[in-house]
Amino acid sequence: MAELVRDAPRRQELDGTRRRLADRDGFLAWIFLVPTVVYIIVLVAIPFFLAIAFAFSDVTAGNPSYDWVGLENFSRVFDDPVFWQALRNTFVFTAISMVLIVVFGKVLAMVLVADFRGKWLVRFLVLLPWTTPVALSSITWLWLLHSIYSPIDWVLRNVGLIEDNSYFLGKPALAMGSVIAVHVWRLVPLAAVIMMVGILSIPDDLIEASRIDGAGFWRRLFEITIPLTFPLIAVAALFGAIFTFTDMAVVYVLTGGGPTNSTHVLASWSFVRGIGGGDIGQGAVIALFLFPLLLAAAILILRSVRKMETI
Amino acid sequence: MAAPVASSEERPLADTARLRRHYAMRAVLGRVSLYLVAILAALACAVPFVWSTLTATKLNADLYNPNNNPFLYNKPPTADHVMFLFNNTAFTTFAWNTLWVGLLVVLITLVLGVPAAYSIARLNRPWSTPMGIAIFFVYLVPPSLLFLSLSRIVVAAGLQDSTWSLVLIYPTITVPVSTWLLIGFLKALPRDIEEQAMVDGYSRLGAMLHTILPLLFPGIVAVIVFAFTLTASEFIYALTFISPTQEKVVSTGVPTELIRGDVFFWQSLQAANIFVAVPIAFVFNLFLARFISGFTMGAVKG
Repeated sequence: MAELVRDAPRRQELDGTRRRLADRDGFLAWIFLVPTVVYIIVLVAIPFFLAIAFAFSDVTAGNPSYDWVGLENFSRVFDDPVFWQALRNTFVFTAISMVLIVVFGKVLAMVLVADFRGKWLVRFLVLLPWTTPVALSSITWLWLLHSIYSPIDWVLRNVGLIEDNSYFLGKPALAMGSVIAVHVWRLVPLAAVIMMVGILSIPDDLIEASRIDGAGFWRRLFEITIPLTFPLIAVAALFGAIFTFTDMAVVYVLTGGGPTNSTHVLASWSFVRGIGGGDIGQGAVIALFLFPLLLAAAILILRSVRKMETI
Repeated sequence: MAAPVASSEERPLADTARLRRHYAMRAVLGRVSLYLVAILAALACAVPFVWSTLTATKLNADLYNPNNNPFLYNKPPTADHVMFLFNNTAFTTFAWNTLWVGLLVVLITLVLGVPAAYSIARLNRPWSTPMGIAIFFVYLVPPSLLFLSLSRIVVAAGLQDSTWSLVLIYPTITVPVSTWLLIGFLKALPRDIEEQAMVDGYSRLGAMLHTILPLLFPGIVAVIVFAFTLTASEFIYALTFISPTQEKVVSTGVPTELIRGDVFFWQSLQAANIFVAVPIAFVFNLFLARFISGFTMGAVKG
């Protein structure tokens, strides 16, 4: 504070106009916000409406001129059974991953806030799945689930549980399970860090008081920690859901949508149609189906955050 | 008369001893299960990377034998495949591209995000709250919804097949989430700080630069780390906009260039994974440790 007082006289010598502008909150508020708003309008809002417009057009990679074709893209997309499979997969992957991410994330969050020997190393190892670019960790999983050299198969074979290899990525059910496993593995650390913030913000004396009153671990967990951090648990759950819902890297690298298109999700199917096949109209229609659920998720997140702010 | 008095004094003593034993047991059990869960969690998260490291340093004859124990070196380890990654592939180019794109995007994110967050969190305009909500909604518009139309915009801007397209587009991911984070950090700082500085003769702008910006430092660090991680992981835009090898980033270069048809350079692929994963996680962890200590010391209050 001493510095501020020392600087004050020099400040007063500032040029009048600049001084007045730098003091007008309304002017500053605009000047600070305009670059971001312009940037977002140009590169998010306009592309968003452009995506909607593309859904009703015959734009292709080869012929980018815009012609209105009405609902033709929609009917072509709906006629393709792969689209319905991708839609179903997107919801199934998201729902299962979300539940598992919350459960494991909660456990991990409690480990991360605890005090123990070697916690620096544990934290480092636990964060690896989230901080590694997802395409790269998916390659490691591709190798872990390899049809011939999978170490998981090797262990199962040597324990005597299986005779032949499992071909994780060659059978539809196992391939879907593998995609979900990679999503959960990757997003649990993120959920844990979010929930950790919740646990850290519980006042220590509350936990202390309940401990003195004789509440054990499970009682404290279900009657104090979980109710008090519920908003952040909800945020973690919904972030996990959004990441799973909109991601295509895991499917693209791990299964490429296979075997026989059984693991495609909306994002990867949209990419295959729109960029791979060059049919931007169809790709846009498929991607558009991501939006209603995202809107619902956004409203849910916002409500839980609001609740959190009023506490 | 004497007997009941004696027993009533003895019972609490016995009870206390029993309770003390009970709590001591509980504490020991708690510690044991904590270590157990911590070790299990670390293993579950890190085993793929350990396996990656083993694979990267194995000889072909060792690796491609399904009967060899995959968790041991059955033949002496080799650094050949790691050398191959650095000398014979474009991996270093990818890594360099990821690094400079990441740093530029972080810079753009801060230049746009810090003033925007300050404007929304502190300058009390009637539109502050709706604007905050709008920015949050922007964060939820995913790349998988925008990549097709943005690919047309990138073509129109003449940036297709150039790494610069990512510098232009990535802030659409990082700016909204960073602004949102910074608003949270700013709301946690007491308003008296700037008001005091303004009483001392600073303009609003001066007060922000001299008092709020230093205090916002943990938030800025959080944004730097988070924005860089998001940028390094991004996949769909990088895959859509760029096809020449020299312009690719790690996230798309490694899966598309090191896998040629059915030929997988498995050892080099795994080495690439380790050389990217470990440094990022290391930096992230440094930040997390400071973040937690800030929390427990009460510096940031939620």
